[in-house]
Amino acid sequence: MKNNMQNKSHSIRAMLALLTLPLLQPVMADELNLRQGVTEISHAIYDLHQIILWVCVVIGVLVFAVMAYSIFAHRKSRGFVPATFHENLKIEFVWTIVPMLILIGLAIPSTATLIDMYDTGGEDLNIEVRAYQWKWQYKYLDEDLNSSFSFFSSMSTPKDQIYNKQVKGENYLLEVDNVLKIPVNRKVRFLITSDDVIHAWWVPDFGIKRDAVPGMLNDLWTIVKEPGIYRGQCTELCGKDHGFMPIVVEALPEAEFDAWHLERVSLEAGRVEALNSTFTEEELMAKGEEVYVTFCASCHQVSGKGIPPVFPGLDKSAIAVGDRDEHLRIVYEGVPGTAMAAFGKQLDAAQLAAVVHYERHAWSNNSGDITQPKDVINLFSAQ
Amino acid sequence: MSDVAHDASEFAPPAELEEMELYHPKTWIGKYVWSQDAKTIAIQYAITAIAIGLVALVLSLLMRLQLGFPNTFSLIDPSNYLQFVTMHGMIMVIYLLTALFLGGFGNYLIPLMVGARDMVFPYLNMISYWVYLAAVLILVASFFVAGGPTGAGWTLYPPQSISPGTPGTDWGIILMLVSLALFIVGFTMGGLNYVVTVLQARTRGMSLMRMPLTVWGIFIATILALLAFPALFVSAIMMLLDLLLGTSFFMPAMVSLGDQTAYDGGSPILFQHLFWFFGHPEVYIVALPAFGIVSDILSTHARKAIFGYRMMVWAIVAIGGLSFIVWAHHMYVSGMNPLFGFFFATTTLIIAVPTAIKVYNWVLTLWQGNIRMNVPMMFAIGFVFTFINGGLTGLFLGNVTVDLPLSDTYFVIAHFHMVMGVSPILVVYAAIYHWYPKITGRMLNDTLGKIHFWMTLLGTYSIYYPMHYLGLEGLPRRYFAYGDTAFISESSQDLNAAITIAAFVVAFAQLFFLYNLVRSLRKGEPAGDNPWEATTLEWQTEHTPPQHGNFSKELPVVYRWAYDYGLPGAKDDFIPQNVPPSNVVYETDK
Repeated sequence: MKNNMQNKSHSIRAMLALLTLPLLQPVMADELNLRQGVTEISHAIYDLHQIILWVCVVIGVLVFAVMAYSIFAHRKSRGFVPATFHENLKIEFVWTIVPMLILIGLAIPSTATLIDMYDTGGEDLNIEVRAYQWKWQYKYLDEDLNSSFSFFSSMSTPKDQIYNKQVKGENYLLEVDNVLKIPVNRKVRFLITSDDVIHAWWVPDFGIKRDAVPGMLNDLWTIVKEPGIYRGQCTELCGKDHGFMPIVVEALPEAEFDAWHLERVSLEAGRVEALNSTFTEEELMAKGEEVYVTFCASCHQVSGKGIPPVFPGLDKSAIAVGDRDEHLRIVYEGVPGTAMAAFGKQLDAAQLAAVVHYERHAWSNNSGDITQPKDVINLFSAQ
Repeated sequence: MSDVAHDASEFAPPAELEEMELYHPKTWIGKYVWSQDAKTIAIQYAITAIAIGLVALVLSLLMRLQLGFPNTFSLIDPSNYLQFVTMHGMIMVIYLLTALFLGGFGNYLIPLMVGARDMVFPYLNMISYWVYLAAVLILVASFFVAGGPTGAGWTLYPPQSISPGTPGTDWGIILMLVSLALFIVGFTMGGLNYVVTVLQARTRGMSLMRMPLTVWGIFIATILALLAFPALFVSAIMMLLDLLLGTSFFMPAMVSLGDQTAYDGGSPILFQHLFWFFGHPEVYIVALPAFGIVSDILSTHARKAIFGYRMMVWAIVAIGGLSFIVWAHHMYVSGMNPLFGFFFATTTLIIAVPTAIKVYNWVLTLWQGNIRMNVPMMFAIGFVFTFINGGLTGLFLGNVTVDLPLSDTYFVIAHFHMVMGVSPILVVYAAIYHWYPKITGRMLNDTLGKIHFWMTLLGTYSIYYPMHYLGLEGLPRRYFAYGDTAFISESSQDLNAAITIAAFVVAFAQLFFLYNLVRSLRKGEPAGDNPWEATTLEWQTEHTPPQHGNFSKELPVVYRWAYDYGLPGAKDDFIPQNVPPSNVVYETDK
C-alpha cells in the first residue's frame, strides 16, 4: 500500500520534473553540472570541462540557428526559388581549418593536465587497492613489511533496504564497513589491481578513476586539501553485484591520521608476533572460540551440531577427530561444490591454528593433539 | 566541378550487347523464401532486424522500469537487469542497425542505384541472409537456456564475461559468442557482394564520382566492416577456447569467487584492444550509411544539389580510414601510457573535422533550398540536429582528461545513444518513409508519419537530454540501483522516473509506425514511379515495385551526377541521372 503511494507520488514528481526541466535549468545549473571536487586535478578537469562546454554551446547555437532559419525561411510554402550553388572551395577550406584550430586549442591544456595526472612520483604514502567481487581491500604499504597492514571494505547497506523491505538509510548504497583513511595535504599514491575480474576505482571529488585489472598494476595519486568523507563507486561492470561495492574515503587531519596509522601498525605488529608464538592449550581454546563464533558458528552452530544435511555437525565428526592436516586443509581451502568456503585468505595462521584446535577439543571432541601457528605455516608454506 | 556535374556524357548510346537472361524463379518458395533477388533478401533482412529490434526495445523498457521505480517490479533482479542491459546493447548495435543498414538498405539500394540487375553473387547473398537468421535465432535461444543470456555487458570484457560471478556464464555466453561468429560469417558473404557490386556492376556512365552518396556510405561502411569484424571474430573464438578448453588468451592468473583458477598469463587488456579495434569502426559502420542516406534525402526534398559532393565523398573515406586509429579512446581508464592516451585523443579529435565538414555541408544544402517538409525530410533534419548534439558531447569524451569523470557514467550513455542510437534510427525511419513508395508502390500515411516523428523526436530528447546531467552528477552506468545521498542529488531519482515515462511514450509512438507500415500496404495512396521527383536510378525503373532484374530490357545509361536539382534554365526542377543532355527541356522564353 505504502509502496503504491510512493510510486504514485514518484510518477507525479517525475511528470513535473519532465515538464519543468527546461525552466529549471538555470536554477539547477550548479547542482547539475560536473562536480568541482577537492583536488587540484579535479579543479583542472572542471575548468577544461567548462571551456569545452562553452565551445559546444557557441558551435551549437550558430549551427542550429542557421538550420532553423533556413528551415523556416526556405520552405516550400514560402515559394523560395532554390539556389543552385553546390561548391565553394574557400568556404570548405575555412571550415576544415577552423575546427582544426579549435581542437588543437583544446588539446594543449588537456595534455598538460594529463601529464600531471600520471606524475605519481614523490609520494608520502602508498596504498594498495585490491578489488574483489564485490569488495575492496586496502593495504597500507610500508618499507618495513611487518608494518604493512590491510583490511577489507564492503558495502554495509542491508539488502532489505535495496528491496524496499526497510526504509532506506541516509547513505543508502554508499556506505561501507571499513572506511579507507588518508591524510590531508600529503601525496597519496594508490596502486590498483584486482584479484578476479576488472573493476574500476573512482572517487569523483578527487578527480581520479582507474581500472583495477587482474595481472596488472595501475597507479594514481591525489592530494586532498579538505578533511571530510568522500564517496565513490566501482565503474567497470564486474558481475551481478557491480552496483554494490561503494568506496568511502575519509581524509583526516595529518596528526589524527598519524595517530590512527600508528595504532594500526602496532596492532599489526601484535598480529605478526602471534604468528611466531607458541600458545598454551587454554590460549588456543579461548582464541579459537572467538574465531569460531565469528566465522563458523552461523553454519556449524555454536553447539557444533550443524544443520544437517547442508551444514554438517563438527561434534564427533570424522574430520574433527581425524587427520589434523586434512582438517586444516578443509578450513584453508574450503570444499568445492558445497557451502564450505575457503578461509585461507580471511584468517591468518594464528587464527587458523586456534580455530582448528578449538574444533578438535570443543564439545565432546578430544583428539588430544595441539595445533600451533607454525604448523599452519609449515603446511601451507609451499603455497 | 564540371565533370561531376552537368557535362554531357561522352558515352555513345548503348551498343546492343546481348544481356544474359536472368534465371527467374517460378515457385512461390523460390521467389519469397529461398530468394536470390537482392530486393527480397533486403526485405527479409529488414523484417528480421526490425523484429529482433523490437525485442531489444522491450528489454530497454524493462531496464527503465527498474531505474525509474526501483524494485517495484519483483521480476527484475540485479542479475537479469544486467542480462537486459547486455542483450539490449548487442541486439541494437549488431543485429538491428548493422544488419538493417547493410543487409537491408544495402541489398535493396546498391543494385538499383548503380544500375545493376542484382548483386554480383546472388546465391551467396541468399546464404548470407540465412546465416544471419541462424545467428539471430541462436541469440534468441539464449533467453531459454539454463542461466539465461549473458549479462556481461555488450562489451563482453573478460574475465567477468566468462567467470561465474556474472549471470549467464553457463550457456548464455557460449550462445552469444557462437551467434556473433555466425553473424560475421553471414555478413562477410553479404559484404563481399556489396563491394564487388559497387566496383564491378555499375552501369555505363556511372563513374564512382557520380554515385549517389547513399551508395558511397554503404560501400565504405562495408569495407570497414570487412576489415573490422575479423577482430571481433577472433576475439569470440579465443574467448570460447578460454571458456571451453581452458586456454588463457584473455585470462590472467586469478581467483574466482574465492577459488584460484587454472588460468595463467592471459591479458584481459588484449581483448579490449581487439574488441574496440572492431568496436569503434562499428560506430561508423552504422553511421556512414546513415550519412549517405541523409545526404540524398536532404538534397531531394530541399530540391537543391548536395553542397560539396566531392568533399562529402572524401569525408566519408577519411572518416572510414581514421576510424581504425581511434579505438583506444574507449580505454582511457584501463591504464595506458599518457603519450598513448594523447595520441588517441588527438586522432579522436581529428575525426571530428571530416564529420564537421559533413554537418556544415548538410546545413548549406538546406540553406536557400526549396524545402518540402514531408515526413522523410523531417526525420532527416531530425537526424542532423541529433547528430550535432551527440557529436558535440563527443568533444568532452574524446579529451582524455575531461573523459575521466565521465567515462562509464550516464553521460556516455547519453552520448552514444544520441550519436549511434537515435541518429541512425531517425535515418532508418527517414529511409523507410522515403523508399517505401518504391518498395511497395504505395505511400505511407502522412499524418501517422508526422505523429510518429514528433513523438519519437521529442520523446527521445526527453530521455537522453536529462541523462547528460545524471552523468555529470556521477551516476555510473550498468547499475541496478542508485544511492540517494549528497553524492547524487535527490532530484536524480525523479529525473530517472521522468526518463522512464518518456521511454514508454517513445515505445508507444512506434506502434503508429508499425500500424502505418501494415495499413499502407493495402490502403496507402498509389505512389507512381517517382513520387518525390528524385534523380537517382531507382526511381527511374519501369515498374514499381521494381521486378526481378530491376530494369527493363536495357540497363539505364548515366549521363550526370545524382544531384541535378534546379538546373538553371531547365523546365523541370530535377533531371534524372539517365536523361541524356539532348533530352533536357529548357524554358526557351527565359
